[in-house]
Amino acid sequence: MQTKFLGYRRENGRVGVRNHVIILPLDDLSNAACEAVGNNVKGTLALPHAYGRLQFGEDLELHFRTLIGTGSNPNVAAVVVIGIEPQWTNRVVEGIAKTGKPVTGFAIEQNGDFNTICAASRKAMEYVQWASEIQRTECDVKELWISTKCGESDTTSGIATNPTVGNAYDKLYEQGATLLFGETTELTGGEHLVLQRCANDEVRKRFQYFFDRYAKVVDDNKTSDLSDSQPTKGNIEGGLTTIEEKALGNIQKIGTKAPVVGCLDKAETPTGPGLWFMDSSSAAAEMVTLCAAAGFVVHHFPTGQGNIIGNPILPVIKLCANPRTLRTMSEHFDVDVSGLVRREINLDQAGDKLMEMTMRTANGRLTAAEALGHREFIFTRLYESA
Amino acid sequence: MAIDFLVHEAADGVGVVVVEGVKAGQEITGWVMKEDQTIKTTVLNDIPIGHKLALKDFAVGDTVIKYDTDIGKVVAPIKKGEHLHVHNVKTKRW
Repeated sequence: MQTKFLGYRRENGRVGVRNHVIILPLDDLSNAACEAVGNNVKGTLALPHAYGRLQFGEDLELHFRTLIGTGSNPNVAAVVVIGIEPQWTNRVVEGIAKTGKPVTGFAIEQNGDFNTICAASRKAMEYVQWASEIQRTECDVKELWISTKCGESDTTSGIATNPTVGNAYDKLYEQGATLLFGETTELTGGEHLVLQRCANDEVRKRFQYFFDRYAKVVDDNKTSDLSDSQPTKGNIEGGLTTIEEKALGNIQKIGTKAPVVGCLDKAETPTGPGLWFMDSSSAAAEMVTLCAAAGFVVHHFPTGQGNIIGNPILPVIKLCANPRTLRTMSEHFDVDVSGLVRREINLDQAGDKLMEMTMRTANGRLTAAEALGHREFIFTRLYESA
Repeated sequence: MAIDFLVHEAADGVGVVVVEGVKAGQEITGWVMKEDQTIKTTVLNDIPIGHKLALKDFAVGDTVIKYDTDIGKVVAPIKKGEHLHVHNVKTKRW
């Protein structure tokens, strides 16, 4: 197995596989200015989103963790933050600055969009020209942080694509990489299997806490049951019948070797290598946005019916084994493991195929989602704004 | 040999069709992956790719096993070879 790749070593020692300069809005009101800067300065990436006003408590903390985590991600070289007012803007700037990377904030009140866009564009141009001269250097696979989440799953996900990720996860674990899975409600029916994999009682207790917390949200808000959305209409069209069946397929992604070393709240950052669980929604764009905010630099995304999600800063590698999906929407996939359902290749060969694509992606190959411009940047909200 | 359906393990009561165009009355070939066995069965309905067929008769209230694990309960009788899905199997959760 190839263990070296060319990546970007950041000021704090973390390794990225992309070199983005992002223009990050604090809030919904600042999207227009960020998009104007992104348009003025080529090679930068504005990341508009829908929230950031009158949030409070845990929901506000998650908003800041998501913004600061996104800016701190090693796939990002430098950040321009724009907010409506300076105080919360500075909180994001100071959070990102802890990584040592270049970051500057701009506030719109007392300046207006024109002056803000002008000043922020000058800084963005300085950053993008600086970043364009950063060279890739040799890095080791153990420095990669890889997350996974599946979407629009069907029965071929549990048979082929999810076990392929599991096989690659086993190999990455043995190399010392940092790995993540989540999708709390989509473990329902297989939660006992995750509990068995927890490294110790403390981790087990923490997992049970997150699982029960999410189950309570479902119980408190469900109408008849969750069968209208879990499994999704796409899952059912693809042949999945119950949440238990979906969960048992989903869990194949964590392979057979790595113990779960710790459990994280949404957008929290791991503190060491190994396999981590992150409490998270099972909605693809929300979950992958949380993975990026937690610091992950490559994502494995198995799909059966063809979820097309991407992320602005986290390359999303799509794999599929459903022959009909591969035939009808081939432009969305990076790795075809349909040989597994035809009994032409074994799981170890499929895992190697995914590992090869992982290293190519780390070296700079654009994923299908990147080439197609899928930049879903979607925040998880916990409750209403004040 | 070409494979029409897959079974995770021999203890499972269902198989998954992995080719398009399976029609009622057709004899199809399956691969039991864990035990690496080949089996044959005749389907009683048209079954779309990705959907399941019953590998035995089920009565209302029976548990369906896949991955050697409980995936839900039977809510309408199912004969061996029939299409097994949301019309005859439901979750035990939620």
